[in-house]
Amino acid sequence: MTPAAVSAAVSAAVTGATVSATVLAVLQCAVAVVVAPLLVGTMRQVRARLEGRAGPGVLQPWRDLRKLATKAPLQAAGTTVLSAVLPVVLLASSLVVCALVPLLGAAATPLVPDDLFVVVSILLVGSVAVALLGLDAGTAFGGMGSSRHMMITALVEPTVLVAVYALSVPAGGSALSEIVATRLADPAVIASPVSVLAVVALAVVVLAETGRLPVDNPSTHLELTMVHEAMVLESSGRDLAWLELGAWLRLTALLGLVANLVVPWGVATTASAGAVVLGAATLGAKLTVLGGVLAAGEVLLAKVRLFKVPELLAGSFVLAFLAVTASYLVV
Amino acid sequence: MTGVEAGLLSQGLLALAASVAAVAAPARRRNVLAGAACTALAVAGALTGGAALAGRTGRIALEGVLPLGPLVLAPDRLGGFFMLLAGCVGAVVSVYAIGYVQGVSASRTAWCALAAFLLGMQLVPAAADVLALLSAWEVMALSSTVLVLTDHARRTEVRPAALWYAAMTHLSLVLLLAGTATLAAAARSTSFDAIAGAVRPGSVTGNVAFCLLALGGASKGGLFPLHVWLPRAHPQAPSHVSAAMSAAMVTMGVYVVLLTCLRLLPAGPTWWGVALVALGANSALYGILQAAVSSDLKRLLAHSTTENIGLAVLAAGVGILLRGHGAPGAGDVALTSCLLLLLSHAAFKTALFLAAGAVLHATGERDLDLLGGLAATMPWTATAFGVAAAGAAALPVTSGFVAEWVLLQALIHGAGPQDRLVAVVMPMAVGAVALTTGLTLLTCVKAFGTAFLGRPRSAGAAGAHECGWTMRLSVAASAAAVVLLGLVPGPLAASLAGAVGARGIRAVGLLGIDLPQVHALLDPLALGLAAAASTGAVALVSLVGSRRRRRERVALAWGCGGVRISPRMQYTATSYAEPLLRVFDDALRPERVVEITATGQGAVFVERVRFRQRLGDVVELAAYRPALAALDRLGALARRVQNGSVHRYLTFSFVALVVVLIAVTL
Repeated sequence: MTPAAVSAAVSAAVTGATVSATVLAVLQCAVAVVVAPLLVGTMRQVRARLEGRAGPGVLQPWRDLRKLATKAPLQAAGTTVLSAVLPVVLLASSLVVCALVPLLGAAATPLVPDDLFVVVSILLVGSVAVALLGLDAGTAFGGMGSSRHMMITALVEPTVLVAVYALSVPAGGSALSEIVATRLADPAVIASPVSVLAVVALAVVVLAETGRLPVDNPSTHLELTMVHEAMVLESSGRDLAWLELGAWLRLTALLGLVANLVVPWGVATTASAGAVVLGAATLGAKLTVLGGVLAAGEVLLAKVRLFKVPELLAGSFVLAFLAVTASYLVV
Repeated sequence: MTGVEAGLLSQGLLALAASVAAVAAPARRRNVLAGAACTALAVAGALTGGAALAGRTGRIALEGVLPLGPLVLAPDRLGGFFMLLAGCVGAVVSVYAIGYVQGVSASRTAWCALAAFLLGMQLVPAAADVLALLSAWEVMALSSTVLVLTDHARRTEVRPAALWYAAMTHLSLVLLLAGTATLAAAARSTSFDAIAGAVRPGSVTGNVAFCLLALGGASKGGLFPLHVWLPRAHPQAPSHVSAAMSAAMVTMGVYVVLLTCLRLLPAGPTWWGVALVALGANSALYGILQAAVSSDLKRLLAHSTTENIGLAVLAAGVGILLRGHGAPGAGDVALTSCLLLLLSHAAFKTALFLAAGAVLHATGERDLDLLGGLAATMPWTATAFGVAAAGAAALPVTSGFVAEWVLLQALIHGAGPQDRLVAVVMPMAVGAVALTTGLTLLTCVKAFGTAFLGRPRSAGAAGAHECGWTMRLSVAASAAAVVLLGLVPGPLAASLAGAVGARGIRAVGLLGIDLPQVHALLDPLALGLAAAASTGAVALVSLVGSRRRRRERVALAWGCGGVRISPRMQYTATSYAEPLLRVFDDALRPERVVEITATGQGAVFVERVRFRQRLGDVVELAAYRPALAALDRLGALARRVQNGSVHRYLTFSFVALVVVLIAVTL
């Protein structure tokens, strides 16, 4: 490629749309970083109150994060540089997901696609990073968590992609901005059986991907039942802070995505400041409601046996599959 | 003489030069000289293929080689792509072989066979008539059999593996011969161009020829249920040969399928597409399931070849199906993704097999359950293996990710409400692709994590060392190709689209891919920049933090209350795949034996527990074993006829003579 062609490509890239989309992406990341610990704090608080405990308050995850970030990580002999790199990879991948998913607004950049398949793949990068982290120290619990985590990830994948397929049918493409725009323009799509099936399947996926009940218990202290926690057992200090924040960001991005698919109103479709502020306010409200519902549900649920999880996932795959076939055969 | 013709001729000459170097050079210089000549041969193939892919033409007719007629070599754009692929893999593999081969694998025979193998692979896609195709195919098959046999004197497992391979590869040749003969007889010509116009795809001849050729390709490509040779031959062959076979040779199976469906019998009936999708999806799922539960590193990679070729055939089937069902745009995208998948597979599988060879070289172990902790001692190999495994697992932004994204775009844009068949096939294909992707992730994490992370599980793994520079160079080059093809796929995708007759696909933005037929675009470099920006930000914060509070080294991992030093406490590859094995118990049917020896006081106190697990190939046990047993019985019956008695043979001759005389007089 000649220098002239490179400069032409660069100048084509640096247009107003790109700049505003980049600003929006950075804003989304910043908002997500602020909101994610609060969301987790809210969920824990709701759960504590429903279980009859006082709870540590909504701000506790923030305090934990601050404490961990200022502590030195411990690294065991025999572990590789990946122990330090993988937490960064997880956090970075979660940040990219937050930038691409329409949390505040749905403005597509001409270059970085907000394609749902791409988002799913970036989520997988984070999953693989945590799974490798579990194997790095060569401990039994780490390997156990990693093995279980990858099995669940592998079995979730069909549901994810078929649900994405189902969501993309009415929009005519898998770009998130198009999907949200279609739902805003024609709210009947949201209540259609196809869309409901797909969103329910996606919700099961979100539970599995973020390690919530009934797939994994995020507040467990029993190593033998752990999945996510078992992989991060060896991490400490700053590394653990990144891992926690990365996992919370994933939860925020995925819950925000589901919320904005079900209730797309409030999502900014233009890059004006007012629209973005409105988007942030509605996102906060949606996340609070959804997080509260999830936490309340977790009080009522028990973790299912690991080998029952495939049945749950098979069920959600059937829902997603029905959603796709229904979108062609029923209409 | 055009450039393509010169390239074709030079390949013949360079193959000759490589053989001369292998035979005549003194043993001390043989590796360097023969290796250099093989590399030159492969580079010539890659350049010729590149020229043909770009649309240059050339035609060479070799008269008098076979009594049936001339052998015509004239690669078209599709053939050029496969030549390019085989040439690139061949070049990397040849450079690797210079440092890798020793002892029997550095013999004259082995180097000659490698040269012949590379030449055969590069000429298969150059063939423009049936005779040239079959001749090059046989050269490829025979020379690769010799290469698989390399180490037969030292290891007893090699001979049965080579036997399986020889039988299956010749089954493929027989099917191909029958298929092309059917077409040639109907067209009264052996030339591809003459056949293309003469046979109607929907006719009985067309359908029979498609079945034979597709099965021939499936056998070469190691597709389910004709995959049985792959997991045997790959672990036994020297690693550079496994790499060439797995990354380049098996793709010739897909070439035959594409040649049949796009060039010889274009616009075939619907069931061809559906059959190919089913064949591909089954192979992909079966292959990756077997790979996920394999503990032998090279066997795992061999099974994953079945999976990748399956995905490529699935993409080809989707393309053919959609082109015939009112979605030619999505069909074009699917066919382009087929070539992208093959190219990506070639890049990462070369790197993976070569890295596996380096591990075998350094530790003497192929069994993942005995490896571990190699990242510390073999950083180059570990990095290359990790990158290539990410490519295999289709993580962004690698070549595998781009190829799979293109395939998914074709799949979700293929169906329309007017066509119920496609509306059912497409989501099932998406489901199959997705489950394959998920299991590939698990397989890659397992392979990388147990071999390179953790602590060494055997003395061999503990004493590992990094390999020589030619090996490092070729492993690194193929791993770099995985990243490069993933970051800037645009121009290449555009030219691959031309090879399958797809229009409109072009490079966009920072050399990304634009698929205007399905309104989708992907710019991996921009995505990579976004990822780099966020990683940079986090890393910067980490760095500032590490200035304040340094990372502290501790002797032992915590492991919830103290870890024992014994590396046997770690998860092994077998235990890693155990949950999956339970989930897919019905499909894999593992054979488990648990022996519990109790001490005197009843069954409560256990003295010793022994656990053994054996994983057989379900298809092999159900289909191949009975068929082979039946053949054996037939052989035993035939032996009764031939008891060695001269009288009996004289009687046979006499009877035969009488029969002939009677036949003549009638």
